[in-house]
Amino acid sequence: MIGLEHYLSVAAALFVIGIFGLFLNRKNVIILLMSIELMLLAVNINFVAFSSYLGDMVGQVFTLFVLTVAAAEAAIGLAILVCFFRNRGTIDVEDVNVMKG
Amino acid sequence: MISADIQTVMPEIILAVYAMLALFAAVYTTKDKMAPLLTWLTSGLFVVLAFWISGGHGTVTAFDGMYNNDGFSRFAKVLILLSTAAVLLMSEGYMQRRGLLRFEYPILVALSVVGMMVMVSAGDLMALYMGLELQSLALYVVASLRRDSLKSTEAGLKYFVLGALSSGLLLYGASLTYGFAGTTLFSGIMASTADGVSLGMLFGVVFMLAGFAFKISAAPFHMWTPDVYEGSPTPVTAFFATAPKVAAMALFARVVHDAFGGIVSEWQQIVAFLAVISMFLGAIAAIGQRDIKRLMAYSSIAHMGFALMGLAAGTVFGVQAMLIYMAIYVTMNVGTFAFILSMEKDGRPVTDIRSLKSLSKKQPLRALVLLIMMFSLAGVPPMLGFFGKFYVLRAAFDAGLGWLAIAGVVASVIGAFYYLRIVYYVYFGEDTDGLNGKMPKVLWFFAVATSAIVLLAWVPGINLFGIETAAEAAAQTLVN
Repeated sequence: MIGLEHYLSVAAALFVIGIFGLFLNRKNVIILLMSIELMLLAVNINFVAFSSYLGDMVGQVFTLFVLTVAAAEAAIGLAILVCFFRNRGTIDVEDVNVMKG
Repeated sequence: MISADIQTVMPEIILAVYAMLALFAAVYTTKDKMAPLLTWLTSGLFVVLAFWISGGHGTVTAFDGMYNNDGFSRFAKVLILLSTAAVLLMSEGYMQRRGLLRFEYPILVALSVVGMMVMVSAGDLMALYMGLELQSLALYVVASLRRDSLKSTEAGLKYFVLGALSSGLLLYGASLTYGFAGTTLFSGIMASTADGVSLGMLFGVVFMLAGFAFKISAAPFHMWTPDVYEGSPTPVTAFFATAPKVAAMALFARVVHDAFGGIVSEWQQIVAFLAVISMFLGAIAAIGQRDIKRLMAYSSIAHMGFALMGLAAGTVFGVQAMLIYMAIYVTMNVGTFAFILSMEKDGRPVTDIRSLKSLSKKQPLRALVLLIMMFSLAGVPPMLGFFGKFYVLRAAFDAGLGWLAIAGVVASVIGAFYYLRIVYYVYFGEDTDGLNGKMPKVLWFFAVATSAIVLLAWVPGINLFGIETAAEAAAQTLVN
């Protein structure tokens, strides 16, 4: 029997993979966008699992909102990335370094 | 009832509809030629809405508790609307001279303001998330407004990636909170923590606070701030330094008091930790900076630390102190950015603080305005900035966080160094061919007006312009 904790473990694992993807990735900005997507989808698993466990619809409604926003976010991220590529000619993460703090 | 609910969110609806109509009007007619008109119209609308909202009273909840219209949200909304209107008016001339004034700019700002208004009124995790994302998505685009500049697009990209990360953290926290509380309503979460707090819920709180700390740029989640401030066009930086900070801080206060008000002792430590780290990091890291926009970024990190100190108190007075601090912070930043926007050499913008050397000999009045702003930011009495610090320190002290108050005093002394260095450059720096060019009239108006506010607020009859009582009433509706 697959219970709530299994879903939560999978979601937590995906979320952590997403965060590590953001910080350890040294190659390509597209991979950052994929990592962000992975984090949001992990959250969605959490919401749906809780929703089903609690017998409460709100979690699924929240999931739909998150999906919509994730789509908008990806669109804006890609748009900014295209602008950046036009100016810099590369999308390597290591080259996002004109300003240093 | 639905019609009553709609009535409650009328200001937001008007603003959203206005933004969409303006978009259509601009796209189908003269495009960028309409931009100056749109900028003025948008700030006019902001001012009108601010007056309308400030006339409201009582506490109304709409959509089954998902949306609050109370004293706290009205205070934050008026602050957001007025500061954004000021920033828009200041940016118009600057952007026009640089050929940057696109019609999208006022529209995107209007949409992000809608997001901020939803944020500060949220009574539910869903409303919170949608408001936050509407604000953030508009801000990502505004940061990369100068799309042919490498710096601006890089700022937008960095802001986007780290902002999305923070939204992810916040959302993960929200999902855990939902799961362990069984509801997304703040009032329901509050009720579910009445008999102790579970470990899962605690994780949810921590993740959500981390997400908020990103949005208000509190250390150790501040790393995006200096780069985004430096890379964005200066009027956009001025915008970032004012309204979004107020909105995120108000949201922070709303969540910790409305949803987690029953478990103050659990989050108090975290907020106090964020406050200490931010104050010291903002004060120390700014010392090495030569770019005034980066300097203002670290300055804002330090100021957020002070505002968090008020919040860490966890009392009504703490929230009141935080609100007063934010109002003062916004006023000072509007004045300072009015000056920064006017920093030009041969018609080109400069941001190096060494270009300010010996400004007082060339333009004494302008130098005086900068002196007043820097003293106020540093918290020198009797300037306005001192009173902000005084309130939060007292709130922390009253709540038994004496060590936090002492740390705050030490950090503010360290931080005074870099503000005073600018004053030193302006008055005693050796002669260089620094800034030239005049300050445009609009910027003069805002610089002088904020300087007058900063100088006169302590006069007994004026009494901080009534902010104190307004903030107290606002704080009382939030904390109960």
